[in-house]
Formats: sequence, C-alpha cells, structure tokens
Amino acid sequence: MAARPRRRDAAALETGRLVMAHIWVAIAVFALACLLGVWQMWARSPLNAPYHTAANYFRSVTLHGVSMGYVLTTFFIMGFGYYVAETSLRRPLPSLALAWGSFWLGIVGTLMAALSVVSGNASVLFTFYPPLTATPWFYIGLVLVVVASWIWCLIMIFAMRTWKAENPGEPVPLAMFATVANAVMWLWTTVGVAAELLFQVIPAAFGWTQTVDVGLSRTLFSWTLHAIVYFWLFPSYIAFYTMFPRAAGGRLYSDTMGRLAFVLFIIYSLPVGLHHLFMDPEHSNGFKFLQMFLTALVSVPTFLTIFTITASAEVAGRMRGGKGLFGWIGALPWERPMVLATGLAFFMLFWGGGGGLINMSYGMNAMIHNTSWVTAHFHLIFGGTVVIMYQAICYSIWPSITRRDFASLKPLRLQLWLWFIGMMVMTLPWHWLGLQGQWRRVAAFDYSNPLIHSWGPWVIVSLVGGIILALSALLFIYNLAMLHRRGVAGAPASIEYAQAVHPPERVPSSLNGFGLWNIIVAVLMLLAYGWPIAQFFVSPPPQAVVHRLG
Amino acid sequence: MALSEEAVLKSELRWAAIVAVIVGIILIAILYAAIAMHVNPPSNAEYIDPKTLHLSAEFTESNLGTRVDPDGQVVARVIATQFEFVPNCFVLPADRDVTIRLTSPDVIHGILVTGTNVNTMIMPGWVSQVHTVFHKTGDLLMPCHEFCGLGHSQMMATVRVVPPQDFHPGPDGRVSCDNRG
Repeated sequence: MAARPRRRDAAALETGRLVMAHIWVAIAVFALACLLGVWQMWARSPLNAPYHTAANYFRSVTLHGVSMGYVLTTFFIMGFGYYVAETSLRRPLPSLALAWGSFWLGIVGTLMAALSVVSGNASVLFTFYPPLTATPWFYIGLVLVVVASWIWCLIMIFAMRTWKAENPGEPVPLAMFATVANAVMWLWTTVGVAAELLFQVIPAAFGWTQTVDVGLSRTLFSWTLHAIVYFWLFPSYIAFYTMFPRAAGGRLYSDTMGRLAFVLFIIYSLPVGLHHLFMDPEHSNGFKFLQMFLTALVSVPTFLTIFTITASAEVAGRMRGGKGLFGWIGALPWERPMVLATGLAFFMLFWGGGGGLINMSYGMNAMIHNTSWVTAHFHLIFGGTVVIMYQAICYSIWPSITRRDFASLKPLRLQLWLWFIGMMVMTLPWHWLGLQGQWRRVAAFDYSNPLIHSWGPWVIVSLVGGIILALSALLFIYNLAMLHRRGVAGAPASIEYAQAVHPPERVPSSLNGFGLWNIIVAVLMLLAYGWPIAQFFVSPPPQAVVHRLG
Repeated sequence: MALSEEAVLKSELRWAAIVAVIVGIILIAILYAAIAMHVNPPSNAEYIDPKTLHLSAEFTESNLGTRVDPDGQVVARVIATQFEFVPNCFVLPADRDVTIRLTSPDVIHGILVTGTNVNTMIMPGWVSQVHTVFHKTGDLLMPCHEFCGLGHSQMMATVRVVPPQDFHPGPDGRVSCDNRG
C-alpha cells in the first residue's frame, strides 16, 4: 500500500474520549439489562422470585429489550465507528462537535425512554404492538436515539467521502468500508420503524387518532426488524475481517471477499422482513415465499465469511508452524482474547444460524413461531455473535485509548469462557422447550399443569446459564475498570488492522462505494415491499381501536 | 496452502459453488414441502370489523365454538380478547380435516397448540384461519403467545381432541366441552 502521511503517532487519539463515552454508556446499560434478564428467568421458573408481578415482569422485559436492542447496540456501534474512522483513515473526524451533539441527543432520548418504562407507562416491549400504546415520550425518546444514529451515519459517510477525495483511486480501508456499509444499511433500515412511529403510533399515543391499521404497522416494523440485526452484527464481522487475522498472527485471506460480504449484507438484509410475519394473516403466501427466498440468500455472506475467516486462521496457524490437516488449529494463539472470542463466536453462530435457517423455512416456521426456540435463536446470535465480539473489540481497542495494557489476559479469557458457557447452558434448554411448545412473553407459567410441570427442570437449567452470563457481564466491567486503574502504561495510541494476503491496490469502484448498491436495494425493496405496503392503501382493512397503557 | 492470487480466488469460487448448492437444496426442500405436502403459512386476507364482531353473523356469541358446517367441514370459531378465549374450551375430532377460525375485537393476540404445528397470529381487523388434522387425542393447551397486555399470561384455552367415534355433534351440528354426548 502506498505510504500515507501519518498524523500524530505519539499523541492520544482525538476521538478517545468520544469513543469511551459512547461505549461506557453501552456497557452500563448492558450490565443492567443482564441482571434484569436473570430476574425474568427466575420469575418464569418454578422457584419463587421476589417482586414478581405481571406489571413488574413486562416493565422488566421492555427495559431489557430496549436496553439491549436499541441502547447497547446503537451506542456501541457509534463509538466503535468513530474509532474506526480515526484509526483506519488516519485523519480527524469531519466534525467532533457534531459527534458530541449526537451523543447528548442519544442520552436525552435514552433517559426519556428509560423513565417512561420505569414509571410503568411503557410496558409495550421493544416491538411496540400497536394498537397498544405507551406514553408518547417513550416513542419520542427512541426517535431521538435513532436521530442521533442518523447523525452518526452522515458523519461516517462524509468521513469516507473526504478521504476518497484526498486519496483518489485508492481502496477505502476495509474496516471503514464496512463501517460505512453499516451506516448506509442503517439509513434504509430505520425508514420502516420511523414511518410506523411518526405516522401511526405517536399520533395514537397523543390521542390525535383513535384507531390504527395494525397490518400496516406490523409490516412497517418488519421492514426494520431483520436488518436491525445486521446493524448489530456488523461490528462483529468487522472484527472477524480486520482484527482477528492480525491477532491470530496472520493475514486476511481475501480483502475482496470481505467487501463482497458487506455489500451482500446491505442488499439481502432489507427485503426479507416478512419472514417475521409468516404466521400473520395479512400477507399473501406469494410475498411470504418471495421474501423467504431472499432470506435464504442472506445466509450467503455469512457462509462466505466463515470460509474466508477460517482460511485466514489457517494462514496464521501455518505461519506459526502448524502442520498437517488440522495441526494449524492448535498452533493458533488461543490465549489472545480476540482469537478466543472469534472461535467461540463461530461455534455459537453455527447453532444460532442453524436455528435461523429453520425459522426462515416458510411453513416450518409454524413449529416454532413465538416459542422459546425463537428466544433461544436470537439470544445465541445476539449474545453469542454480537456481544461476545463487542467484548473482544473492547479488549482490543481499550489499550490504544487508555494507553495502558492489560496486566494479565487471564481474567479476560475467563470472562469470555463464562459468557460462552452461560449462553450455551441458557439457550440449549430454550431450544428444546420451544420444540415442546413453550410459548414466549409470559410473566409466569402455571406449573400445576402436568405438561408445564415437566418443563420445570429445564427452565431452572437455563436460569443457571443466565446467572453465569450475569457474572460474566460483571467480570467484563471489572476487567475494563482494572485496565483504567492498574493497566501497564505504554500502549501505542493506535491499532493496526489486518493486512490481506494480497493487499488490494485497486478495487472496482462498485466495491469502493455504495452508489450501485443503493439502487439495487431500492429496486429489491420496491419488489418485496411495494405491494405488501400498498395493499393497505388500495383496499384499507378495518382499523383497530387504540388501547392506551400510559 | 497455496496463497497465489489465483489460488485464493479459485478456492473462494469453489466455496461459493458449494454455498450455492447448500442454499439450493434448502430452497428445493421448502418448495417441495409447500407444493407437494401443502406446508404453507396461514395467510388469509379476510377482513372483519373489530368494533362490530358481536353484530357479525359469524362471530356472535351463539355461533362460537365447534360446529359441523352444512358441507360437513368441522369448524371451530374462537374470539381472542383481553384476556381470555371465547370459548375457552372446544372439541375437535382426531384424524379428520378441521378448520379453526379466530379473530380479535381489541388488540393483537396469537395462538399455538402444544405438540402440534397449529400456529397463527390473531389481529383485530382480520380473520385468521388454520387448517389441520390432529393425530393425538386429549386436552391440548392453546395459550396466547403474543403480548397483549398485563393479563397476557393468564390467557389460555383447551383444545379437546377426541377419537372420531366419540365426536357426536348435536342436531344443530354443534359440539361443546360441556356436552359432547
């Protein structure tokens, strides 16, 4: 790669405080949500949980879902994006002040939403369920968080454009290309939920409208509901491609495959949301089938990633002297958190992804829809692939921000192992119970029923898994806090991203920007969602009466 | 492992072909199940005004529960409402095509029947419809599986599946959990 002028090597990262502010907010909310999750499982088990009322349970579930799905993820992704922008482009952010503005906007929104839920006026879960409506301030708070993330998207896009103007013809570093891919995808993704909140739910919550078209609101939310998961996943994949190969002591097998995978995520994570509505009456089987077909294609970038990252691991293992068909696996530096986390994440992705293939299988969805199987699936994907990699990313970038190194990697490895074990112990029984028909989203089970009684022991096993997860979350905070307090001074103020085996000198402009892919997304969305949304206007169904909770 | 640019590209392409085969097999299996085995989701674009269910011919109180329609089809009609099913128990025969029709006057609900593949969302404004054949007899649980408010957890019905020889509709074609002859 051509030598680029290096901006300030010794000085601290300009975005250091910004990144840390975002990610510490994310972590604090995450730890709280983990503890709530344990209590929820306790409440649903045959054991007596304190404070157990339906009102408390649904308040807790709403807080858990909103914290994990909207706050942890959005703040982590924004913080990590700023870090990637500065360290991979090696230039200052377009506007640090705007970034701080968006941070505080997100904080205000989070507090509004949190107070609404804690006060008991917003127990509608993070998926809303109109015609139920909460206090309008709950939704407005969440809209502010989304607006904050939109500002972040624009900063990321602008940062890449400026860099490209300064470095004509050069490939955008893969980490930044992927970050901007996520920003572009997120702008598309949020259109659905924003339309639902602004045109349907918020007017109903204020009392301006008395009825709501629930088919339309579910369809608009489904627009967002699948791609949002890829929004959460992107940082994990960025770590797989640009941090893991270097941590393993090798190189990225193929830079082009990385770009292709990220572009495929943009295309195929959006026109697939109807697979969340397979069991709904309002969409025809034709459109359900079409979106099922597109959902099958979204497995392709993950399959490609598994190959490319496994090949990168093999490159590293052989460079470290591993021999034979499998000898390179043992030669990998498993003592390093990023390598260990990637291995564990792949294992959990295998189970979570396999469950996902069953969920998306059209008629087969009837077997597991709204059962604990689905809860198990998305906890494995979210906790097992998203969160464990967020943790590994923190361990990788914290030294460059604090300028301190971890005194020992042992507690870091212990934390990652606990997270993995807890997640498997919690979700395997959930899968099993889901197949038995255990349904989701209830505050308590009636264990006097013989069938439900037989589930009791498995529910307790999953509770044990949840406790292990909560311990891991607390150890995670302890590890980072110890770095701040007792870390070994002298860590460099930057990070080196993985180099490809064949670093790209030129890439086609289609893999160096997003113009073409935006057009393809627009066409696919028109095809997949055009009629499913238009039908509610062409032939409006009877509306449901608004039920206000807050 | 060979790491020339051509070797990397070739291995990636070979893997892409394998992925295409895997995804293709999955799609063929789903297509086969849909077309040959009629395994499809319960789509049913049929409107009903949730504000006037009690005035509709079909979902008035006296018409709820199981009835053998004049054409011989066994149909159970159920209303899901905060926070109960009406009726909260209904009888269906085993080993015979049956239809369950559901709707809601208030908010979104959903059902599954434990140990079967009966599963559908129930939305105000729409009639949900599931066709199935039960093979197990006995009292099966039919809980509400979608959050519908603070009383959601108490919302549960029983599907009483009886052997075909024990299914005795009355002269009006109706069968209920109280009097099944």
